[in-house]
Amino acid sequence: MALKGNLADFSTTQILNLISLARKTGTLRVYAPVETNEMITDGAGNKRKKVVPGKERASAAFREGRLILASMGEQDGHLANVLHKAGKLNAEQARVIRERGAKYSDKALALMLINANYVTQADVVRSIQQHTLDIVFDLMMWSKEPFVFEENVLPSPERITVPIDLKNVIIEGTRRAQEVRPLEEELPNLDMALKFPDTPGDKFRGIHLSVEEWRVVSFINPKNSIRQVAKACNMTDTEIRRVVYGLLQAGLVELVRPPGMQPPPAKAAAGARRSTLQAPAVKRSVVERLIAKIKET
Amino acid sequence: MPMQTVKMVITGPFSAGKTEFIRSISEIDVVTTDEGISPESAEYGTKEQTTVAMDFGRITVDDDLVLYLFGTPGQRRFDFMWEILAEGMLGFVVMVDSAKPETFREAKSILETFRAYAPTPYVVAANKQDHPEAWVPDDLRIALRIDEHIKLLPCVATEKESVKNVLLELLYSILEEMDS
Repeated sequence: MALKGNLADFSTTQILNLISLARKTGTLRVYAPVETNEMITDGAGNKRKKVVPGKERASAAFREGRLILASMGEQDGHLANVLHKAGKLNAEQARVIRERGAKYSDKALALMLINANYVTQADVVRSIQQHTLDIVFDLMMWSKEPFVFEENVLPSPERITVPIDLKNVIIEGTRRAQEVRPLEEELPNLDMALKFPDTPGDKFRGIHLSVEEWRVVSFINPKNSIRQVAKACNMTDTEIRRVVYGLLQAGLVELVRPPGMQPPPAKAAAGARRSTLQAPAVKRSVVERLIAKIKET
Repeated sequence: MPMQTVKMVITGPFSAGKTEFIRSISEIDVVTTDEGISPESAEYGTKEQTTVAMDFGRITVDDDLVLYLFGTPGQRRFDFMWEILAEGMLGFVVMVDSAKPETFREAKSILETFRAYAPTPYVVAANKQDHPEAWVPDDLRIALRIDEHIKLLPCVATEKESVKNVLLELLYSILEEMDS
């Protein structure tokens, strides 16, 4: 079943997180947004114009939760161009290889280039990896495009794919995010604390954190509010939000309420009194009678 | 013996299927406070009526025990009703339209709001699972960041058995809470 949506509602970072955690295999396609006159409502009842998919702008393929390849609509992803962009071939070499190697698959072409000592295998892998990452980091800046994730759809076996851990991609993409407002929406309350997941497993293995991020990680404790961590690390609200948001999205930490902190006020009810309502005192037998009744209904 | 009433709240974003959910299980015609949606309204064209104060359904267990189901209005402009409806609830169901990602953020916000009202058990119902574009419950769990110990249940609110399953799972959670 395809996952469909719009990046305005479910960001690229959230999609990558979903793909990573669910270890999904498939291809994410992102399209140019085409506004229609049809109105839709969000969950709060606010209206906006419905946006439908236009021309495909980018795609990214994943295998078992890892990024393996990406392409940008208007960019030619030919191996010669990727190697030229990475500085492994000059413009003339790339042009000649494009012309003469048109009939070869990426894998066959790479083999020929390696055998001819134009490039090494490591050059090919690193160049494709960087090309893929550049596209996905671009994609992470988009905010209004429709998307579809097609399960189990993968690039042709003739394409060269390089598995990339998404946790690092999410963290680096968040570092590059310039928009402050979405971060405030995602992480409104800096009085919350952070903790490591109950089952951290090998989540931190292979993760490339900056010195700044490691400093934040070193202060993670359910007793420390994010605001206190920011102070200890000499970070602004925006800086700490960016770091914490990246760690959260990568599933490396979880939000918790620090000891003594009251539950958040119910933001809704206009002028509502602070409310932790009491649960009614109901006997177990009452619940059992309700269960029996609903079963027979 | 005086009659005991027990209350559960069915909440969720606009058009998540709350009214249908109650209608499928209630023994009485659901008492609704719907009003027609005007052409100027945001919701015009998406459905004909919307709940403005609450929906009300009832399941009578016997002479001295009745379960009331209260459905909240989905639109933010009627959210002053939420806390009133949450008063004294035994538990609550958060309905999510699985085929509308544009409502997920609001669903999460409503869930957190109701969690803050009272420390009662709750379940999340991934409604409209019969829709071809519905997100599967496992994906919804990640999208909404629902803890693993919270039940996230597939649901089709127009089908009575599906609604029964959601309510039963909520009641089992309430029992587990009593045992803990």
